[in-house]
Amino acid sequence: MLNASLKELSAALGQKQISSFELTRLFLERIRKLNGALNAFITVDEERSLVQARAADERIAKGAAQPLTGIPVAHKDIFLAKDWLTTCGSKMLSNFVGPYDAHVIERFNGAGAVILGKTNMDEFAMGSSSETSYYGPVKNPWDRNCVPGGSSGGSAAAIAARMAPAATGTDTGGSTRQPAALSGLSGLKPTYGLVSRYGMIAFASSLDQGGPMAKSAEDLALLLNVMAGFDPRDSTSVDRAAEDYARDLDKPLSGLRIGVPKEHFGDGLAADVRTAVEAALAQLEKLGAKRTAIDLPNSGLSVPAYYVIAPAEASSNLSRFDGVRYGHRAKEYRDLADMYRRTRAEGFGAEVRRRILIGTYVLSHGYYDAYYLKAQKIRRLIARDFAEAFGQCDLVVGPTAPTVAFKLGTKAADPVQMYLNDIYTIPANLAGLPAMSVPCGFGAGNLPVGLHIVGNYFAEAKMLNAAHQYQRATDWHRREPAGIQI
Amino acid sequence: MPLSLEEVRRIAELARIGISEAEAAAVQAQLNDIFELIGRMQKVDTEGVEPMSHAQGSTLRLRDDEVTETDRRELYQSVAPQKDAGLYLVPKVIE
Repeated sequence: MLNASLKELSAALGQKQISSFELTRLFLERIRKLNGALNAFITVDEERSLVQARAADERIAKGAAQPLTGIPVAHKDIFLAKDWLTTCGSKMLSNFVGPYDAHVIERFNGAGAVILGKTNMDEFAMGSSSETSYYGPVKNPWDRNCVPGGSSGGSAAAIAARMAPAATGTDTGGSTRQPAALSGLSGLKPTYGLVSRYGMIAFASSLDQGGPMAKSAEDLALLLNVMAGFDPRDSTSVDRAAEDYARDLDKPLSGLRIGVPKEHFGDGLAADVRTAVEAALAQLEKLGAKRTAIDLPNSGLSVPAYYVIAPAEASSNLSRFDGVRYGHRAKEYRDLADMYRRTRAEGFGAEVRRRILIGTYVLSHGYYDAYYLKAQKIRRLIARDFAEAFGQCDLVVGPTAPTVAFKLGTKAADPVQMYLNDIYTIPANLAGLPAMSVPCGFGAGNLPVGLHIVGNYFAEAKMLNAAHQYQRATDWHRREPAGIQI
Repeated sequence: MPLSLEEVRRIAELARIGISEAEAAAVQAQLNDIFELIGRMQKVDTEGVEPMSHAQGSTLRLRDDEVTETDRRELYQSVAPQKDAGLYLVPKVIE
């Protein structure tokens, strides 16, 4: 059961081979056993989960089950869930209990899925290693001395260690895809606007997008079927007809044009990652795909532009944390201004403070044109590069991250080195395009490598088709970390 | 153009984040590294390029002018650090 796909779990539940109560308890036991070493979950509430599991069992008994009914799913602690502690990895929200459900949580609850717990993450999703969490770093199940990637590193570690069959993440600059790559999983960032941001704590609103994380592309399709959907409470939610993201999974890949950007195979790419990604490209060709060289000439500007746009939006979004309406408030202060200063100095960690300062500076009087406006123009150039590329190919394929998982603590002191982890994932966020990562082999230290697939707007079904066909021909996504006794 | 220590303190004040002297010096070095990275943008000619604020355009939806929210004051204030009689309490601002 621990290694089963969501489809297999759904069938087992439907055929009464196992109840949701038993399945949920199985994963809760795994969490009890492994979370101490991996720190993947911030909050687990066994009783609450089991109540939901019982309700799912009743629903199954009535014959009213949907594909995810009774399946436990872990949620990144950025999604508000009613009556669940929701910290966003921050001291600022260490006492914040969700007063309502995020749209994504509503959707999973509506589908009859069970909330398995809230997963650890970089504070306010700002990071690529899950080390900036106030609740301590997450460890990579493949090597506990390494990071699992971030910011959705808790969700990644939970699935990799088989403490959860699936999880949610969010992706502002690569935060579902890079941890998926570093932890040997599949992760997807949908087209901007496909998944509602209602109840998802905001980092950079024009980039933030919730997405599923799981073992396989097929699982991602089933999760996305639940997560995606119009929500009038998010002004950027896209109002379009519902689709079945699993509909094209079994299509052959003959004739599929895959574009390979040379900019993503430059000096910064580690040799072991390059080897694995090249082998994956060859495999896709063997399955009938046609490889085309493409150019994304402004790709190298994506990190600089991102580190203007994301901090600028963050500095605005995080101004709400002032100790007045919710969250942490400093114990001692002289006056209102002093209360703000102390509350925010105490409540935010170093990386969050740093990004608020960058954002405050680039938006301050006299600098707007030189930074924010300039970054928005570069954002346009990056989106245009993709528009041109999609004239020549159906999917853009390359590495997800420049290296395999790195050791804990090795990049934490050097923000710029940390930021460069997301060099291949950030362009899709800036353009608003859907993108995903699937396991494609192992590199140094026997650590997983991820293959990055970017599609045109709303091409999720096509991406999932390519990923699923690749996973039918390979077994990288079935590998499990050694030392995680199953 | 590197940021001075004084500018770091001014930004922290604008952001309402308290910062100690020792921390300001460390933050100054890190911010300058980051601004060096960001500075790569300036070499690119973007004359005439339309800024992109958003992936899906920016038309806001309209809805009918009717009440959609119910009063949930008590629920939302249940997480407030300090409150009284339905009001959020802050330190006195007017003597």
